[in-house]
Amino acid sequence: MRPDPILKIDTAFFWEACERGEFVAQKCGACDILWHPPRPMCPKCHSTEKEVQQLSGLGTVVSWCVAVRPQAFGFDESPIAALIELDEGLRFVSNIEGVAEDDMQPGIRVQVAFADTSGGKKVPVFKPVSE
Amino acid sequence: MSKTNNQAAIVGIGQTEFSKDSGRSEQQLAAEAVIAACKDAGINPSEIDGCITYTIDNSDEVDLLRSVGCKELNYTVRLPQGGAANAATLYHAKNAVESGVCDVVVIWRAMNERSQYRFGQPTVSISPDANGSTFIEWCFPFGAQTPASWEALSCGQYLSKYGVTSEDLGNIAVLMRKHAATNPNAWFYKQPITLEEHQNSRWIVKPWLRLLDCCQESDGGVAIIVARMDKAKDLKQTPARLLAAQYSFLFNHEIISDFYEGDLTGLPFSERVTEKLIEDAGIAPKDTDVAMIYDNFTPQVLRQLEGFGYCGPGEAKDYIADGNMELDGKTPLSPNGGLIGEGYIHGMNNITEAVRQIRGTAANQVENVETAFVASGVAGAILGK
Repeated sequence: MRPDPILKIDTAFFWEACERGEFVAQKCGACDILWHPPRPMCPKCHSTEKEVQQLSGLGTVVSWCVAVRPQAFGFDESPIAALIELDEGLRFVSNIEGVAEDDMQPGIRVQVAFADTSGGKKVPVFKPVSE
Repeated sequence: MSKTNNQAAIVGIGQTEFSKDSGRSEQQLAAEAVIAACKDAGINPSEIDGCITYTIDNSDEVDLLRSVGCKELNYTVRLPQGGAANAATLYHAKNAVESGVCDVVVIWRAMNERSQYRFGQPTVSISPDANGSTFIEWCFPFGAQTPASWEALSCGQYLSKYGVTSEDLGNIAVLMRKHAATNPNAWFYKQPITLEEHQNSRWIVKPWLRLLDCCQESDGGVAIIVARMDKAKDLKQTPARLLAAQYSFLFNHEIISDFYEGDLTGLPFSERVTEKLIEDAGIAPKDTDVAMIYDNFTPQVLRQLEGFGYCGPGEAKDYIADGNMELDGKTPLSPNGGLIGEGYIHGMNNITEAVRQIRGTAANQVENVETAFVASGVAGAILGK
């Protein structure tokens, strides 16, 4: 299992979208720029009218790691954590599933899936793009 | 470089022992370090009128001043960004005394980060507010829960791009432990390591960080007194003048979980700090006599050496391997053994070492030191005689 996500006022929309099986990012309602991590205000035009955009769920592994000692808290076994460059140009930390640790390397193409947490929530994880 | 009466200088340094079990409160460690720094300077603690520390320190300003007995504070600052703020404390202290807001500023740090809690382990008492950094909210549910894991994710692209191996990182650990081995104040005094020992040390976070790539979890306190040269002239020690101190924090960046902006193979804020230091001090970090570079993890040293202009992109591993940063090299790196070898008081013990090197009183004294550079990623300072 894995720990539940931490919901804050400015970021709950992301985790709630995961419950619906949607992988999203925040977008400015006024000037359309996309960003992650979420924030209360558009850094370009200062609008607080934010929209939520569905992402392609496709990305490329930038870097990865596995906690050996101590093991990751809340997991049966430490997962592969990875920094992923999404096709939309945003970066996101998640897990890689379906790849052996020895086969991990930068550049692997991945797509989003959803994994259950110990409290019955869902978080986005990534698996290799199926050919 | 002007030697004006108005210029700020470090006039006193103090510390407790660095251990794994101090046996007393963090508040007491803070007070002991401050009193030691005042004695070193020859200043009555009642004269302190400004105090500076940074986040992730449990000791408290009010309780500290109640213990050491200062009369009136004109200035208190608790900087954001944890250990990365350590060199930035000098920037604020310099501004505070040179502007006349304060006459005597104390900078302090005191932590029982080994005996009271484990700094390197997952933070399970999660604050719902991640304090402007994403390392809890956006990393914790994915098992990246420790400073070592965030470091591995943030440095991975750099290490992959330039073909840095675990042995290359091991060279840095071996160097730090070599320096610590002849520093009686270091936790790892008389305990040098070989590259083979580094390679055999257990993994903390695969595929980059072994045990010996990580700084320590230490108990201890450090304090520094900053005053203007007009006061420094009448005090006990050779002042270490603050020729320049600078800070730069850039849009969409973070400290250790710095994943979201720009090219991850460089440190643009360190480059910016370097530009500003050169403008202020007329001397580049690489041209100073001693380098105190924040070594929380070995990869961080490589990226900072490049960011602060010691060598070009991707060259840092060879710059180290070629002996440039040995005690008899071009610019010795952390002669105290750094945070890996001496102790991890969040970088503050690297500032005190720079002061000792300027005074000529260090355990591993480098010859003919006129200037020293202290760096912590987003901040840097150049000290001079």
